[in-house]
Amino acid sequence: MDWPALRTSLLLGVWTLVLLLPAGIWAGYQLATRRFRGKAIVESLVAIPLLLPPTVLGFYLLVTFSTRSPLGAAFERVIGHTLAFSFPGLVMASAIANIPFVVQPIQRAFESVPLDVREAAACCGLSPWQRFLRIEAPLAWPGILTAAILTFAHTLGEFGVVLMVGGSIPGQTRTLSIAIYDRMQAFDDYGAGVMAATLLVIAVSALGVTQLLARQVGRRG
Amino acid sequence: MMRVRRMWCVWGVAWHLVAMCPSSAVAQQGATVAAASDLNFALTEVSEQFARQTGQRVEIVFGSSGTLTRQVRDGAPFGMFLSADEAFVEQLANAGLTRDRGVLYAIGRIVLFAPTGSPLNPRDGLDGLARLLATGGVTRFAIANPEHAPYGRAAEAALRKRGIWNDLQPHIVLGENVSQAAQFATTGNAVGGIIAYSLALAPNLQNRGSYALVPDVDHPPLRQRMVLLKRAGPVVEQFYRYLQEAPARAILERYGFTLP
Repeated sequence: MDWPALRTSLLLGVWTLVLLLPAGIWAGYQLATRRFRGKAIVESLVAIPLLLPPTVLGFYLLVTFSTRSPLGAAFERVIGHTLAFSFPGLVMASAIANIPFVVQPIQRAFESVPLDVREAAACCGLSPWQRFLRIEAPLAWPGILTAAILTFAHTLGEFGVVLMVGGSIPGQTRTLSIAIYDRMQAFDDYGAGVMAATLLVIAVSALGVTQLLARQVGRRG
Repeated sequence: MMRVRRMWCVWGVAWHLVAMCPSSAVAQQGATVAAASDLNFALTEVSEQFARQTGQRVEIVFGSSGTLTRQVRDGAPFGMFLSADEAFVEQLANAGLTRDRGVLYAIGRIVLFAPTGSPLNPRDGLDGLARLLATGGVTRFAIANPEHAPYGRAAEAALRKRGIWNDLQPHIVLGENVSQAAQFATTGNAVGGIIAYSLALAPNLQNRGSYALVPDVDHPPLRQRMVLLKRAGPVVEQFYRYLQEAPARAILERYGFTLP
């Protein structure tokens, strides 16, 4: 078992959530409750990482992050190292790859809050903030939790983007899924097997919990 | 009061997150070594011996020489690069990313490998492969990707020289690097493959099949060069020197490398 790789994976999952969850709740709420021009376009943009091969995302990010690009060069001047092949770069890549996993379930959750409930809250004189905090967010929380769990599990399983943007730097960008690949190439089937089983257990538990949450919502509805 | 305590809680969690963040300082000290995949076992053993003798550790990242070269050019935090050929080191030197032009540390060899139970007998050499190909007995044959893996290039050259490169095309599976080619060749999903001698000699590959050296006149020599990169730290510099000393050279020799 490659413990530093497990640590990197878990930290990557947490950081991705820290970055993405607030933005995802905001975006999901907007998409669920408002109508505006170009909404269909925004929704498609949100979904794009689902369809793109990880290599496409990896390619663009690597080109953007590299020292040969203006952004990469500027980052290197300020921080002292490149975004590519570093943990911060990995977090950014992972956040972009996970946008649909956060936004879509949250949007569905807010959409399922009945309009009359929302209107009743408004009639009672609650401000938009109070409405959000006291009525809508509590009703939508299973969806938000589902989004968080799925994103976390998906980050742990991310492979293509991480391999391309992160390389496999121990303690930095070598996540558990990359470590499995490396152990396989070193003919260490036992090591790879232990780590594969770990990820399998995490994935199964994540899906189990989201199923439970979905059932809870179903019962309430 | 509750609110204040909750605020502290949030700050505490946030602080821990930042503090636990993988420190880039380690990587920036240039203690990470990028090495061609044919060194997967040999260099790991050298680094373990280096750690025992000096108390210093280097982290090694393995990959195909071409992939690693690309990563160095894109700013990967490696202190040193051990290529499986000379051209990639030259490329980096010309791009001004290295300390100097490096040193030749080993000359690699390739072997024809067949997993246990394969119809291919490596002792018959590439002639045996050609005969098996003619009778339709070749299912899959693994080599490293010649586009960016020097060992794949050597394999291609040997197969071309024997005149079976074109006929073998529909059967070839390409490993991303030579370790992956070895993994394909050993799992029994292929009749065999051409892999690095240094991998065939690794303890983990024993009992998985048999192999025979491909004559070194059949392919351009795999002149493996290593070089210190611009950000090399003191530990990597020490490792670089260590690799040129007798104890490290003895390990490389045991893994079938010809020493310059």
